[in-house]
Amino acid sequence: MKILVCISNVPDTTTRVRFVENNKKLDTNGIQWVINPWDELSLTRALELKDDPANGIQTVAVAHVGPASAEPTIRKALAIGADEAFRVNAEPGDAYFVAAQLAEVVKANPFDIIFCGIESSDYNNSAVGGMLAEFLGIPSVSSVSSISIRDGKPVLTREVDGGKETVSVPVPFVAIVQKGIAKEPRIASMRGIMTARTKPIKVLEPAATEPLTAVQEFELPPARKKCTFVDPENPKQLIELLQNEAKVL
Amino acid sequence: MAVLVYTENWDGSFKKLSFELVSYGAGLASMLGKPLVVLSIGNVASSELEKLGKYGARKILSLSDPALQVFDSQAYAEAIAQVATREQAEVIVLSNNNTGKAIAPRLSVKLKAGLGAGVSKLPLSTNPFVVYKRSFSGNAFAHVEIKTPVKIITLAQNSFGLVENPGAPSIETISVPVDPALVKTTVTEAQKQTGKLLLTDAEIVVSGGRGMKSPDNWGPLVELAELLGGATACSRPVSDEGWRPHEEHTGQTGKIIAPNLYIAVGISGATQHLAGVSSSKVIVAINTDKDAPIFEAAQYGIVGDAMKVLPKLVEAVKEIKHK
Repeated sequence: MKILVCISNVPDTTTRVRFVENNKKLDTNGIQWVINPWDELSLTRALELKDDPANGIQTVAVAHVGPASAEPTIRKALAIGADEAFRVNAEPGDAYFVAAQLAEVVKANPFDIIFCGIESSDYNNSAVGGMLAEFLGIPSVSSVSSISIRDGKPVLTREVDGGKETVSVPVPFVAIVQKGIAKEPRIASMRGIMTARTKPIKVLEPAATEPLTAVQEFELPPARKKCTFVDPENPKQLIELLQNEAKVL
Repeated sequence: MAVLVYTENWDGSFKKLSFELVSYGAGLASMLGKPLVVLSIGNVASSELEKLGKYGARKILSLSDPALQVFDSQAYAEAIAQVATREQAEVIVLSNNNTGKAIAPRLSVKLKAGLGAGVSKLPLSTNPFVVYKRSFSGNAFAHVEIKTPVKIITLAQNSFGLVENPGAPSIETISVPVDPALVKTTVTEAQKQTGKLLLTDAEIVVSGGRGMKSPDNWGPLVELAELLGGATACSRPVSDEGWRPHEEHTGQTGKIIAPNLYIAVGISGATQHLAGVSSSKVIVAINTDKDAPIFEAAQYGIVGDAMKVLPKLVEAVKEIKHK
């Protein structure tokens, strides 16, 4: 079996974001770019599956839609252990555009299991995985918190509101993964970093597609009111404030 | 033309998020001057469907089909797309919960309809159609224009609230052809937390972090949540340690919640934690460290040891409840 992990290039999640050009663009000054956290966990799980020969995983590849400036993030994925990478050379217009490009990658290079993170930590759309599956006309399982291979067949756990389910689905399919899929992201070894330099990144030109949405502007959340401190010996005062001032009790 | 809302049910019963979706759909329909159509899938009794009328539903379509008994996103997207076409839906609204996240993107490709995901307000304008949504994991909000004639919105839970607009709805049982071959998902085991308040639905959440010191200290926190009619949650280190179940983890990689009141006990307030709770209307922090970042997000704070403060809070709530 072959696994593809779709990766997004996002600002480090501790970044205090700022915007420029009338709040139309992210101020990229001083930003550390990282693999989207859920994609990094997906890659980790894909490599764990490959580590066990009984699972019969031959290849773990990564795919990214973005300009050449994203290559350090792709190299990081290769250093962590991916065998090869695809980069579609285009600005990631919106989720629809990205999914359409990834679909072209998969049509030309078939995979059995395609991992997508449940969302990217920048646009929070939770969209690319489901869109990709629909473009390909294959099943998708969303909110996946575990995946293993039993007797050659993938078995997944998906979270539903108010519970969880164990499900199976025939390959090829898209697994849209969330927390739980792997405990900690795998860290690149020195050897991994060295070998990543020679691993292939195939650069593909984008297919003609138009985004369906466009960000007009960003805004920062309203400033929070200053905290009112209550005497720890008198928490009754807190309850009164919540009742009479904040009116939430 | 219409606004179509898909409301989910749990074994035939609606939850708060279903009513919130209908409230939002009614608000959007009146903004656009278009009728609201509410779609329910599965076996739901008419007495339950009628409850949606309280929040502005006047036309309800009830669809049940053997192919839709198991949740398969491909089959559900196909069914909803057919209903949307039949009703000439201009905007389709789903929840931004697990189900909505599974269906909406597929629907977007199927109908070539732009998706605004995690929307927390009515559109900022309808021409152009601009939605307001969470971005950068709660560190910013984006105004996103949806450029297609048909639009899809997923509504962030607890962001809009319930708006009553009572009336008696018409209920029509419909069927659409759903190819059973589309259903590829097999569920081999299901674990349900029946009767439990959904964390994402809860209006009050009491949440514990490492400051709780041990899994054995949770008693007063759970008691406080119960007294307030709320749910319990926790920070990532607590769920990673196995002190509390993973379903309770709120934060960037856990659940994103927006209750009216979030009480953070012994949680320092790392950026990743705040990403999951920053949309709460009021945050209360209890922490021994007066410089903890949680106090920057909190409206009310108590600097003190959770083990000492919690029992006193429980007593205070009991006292007020007695009055």
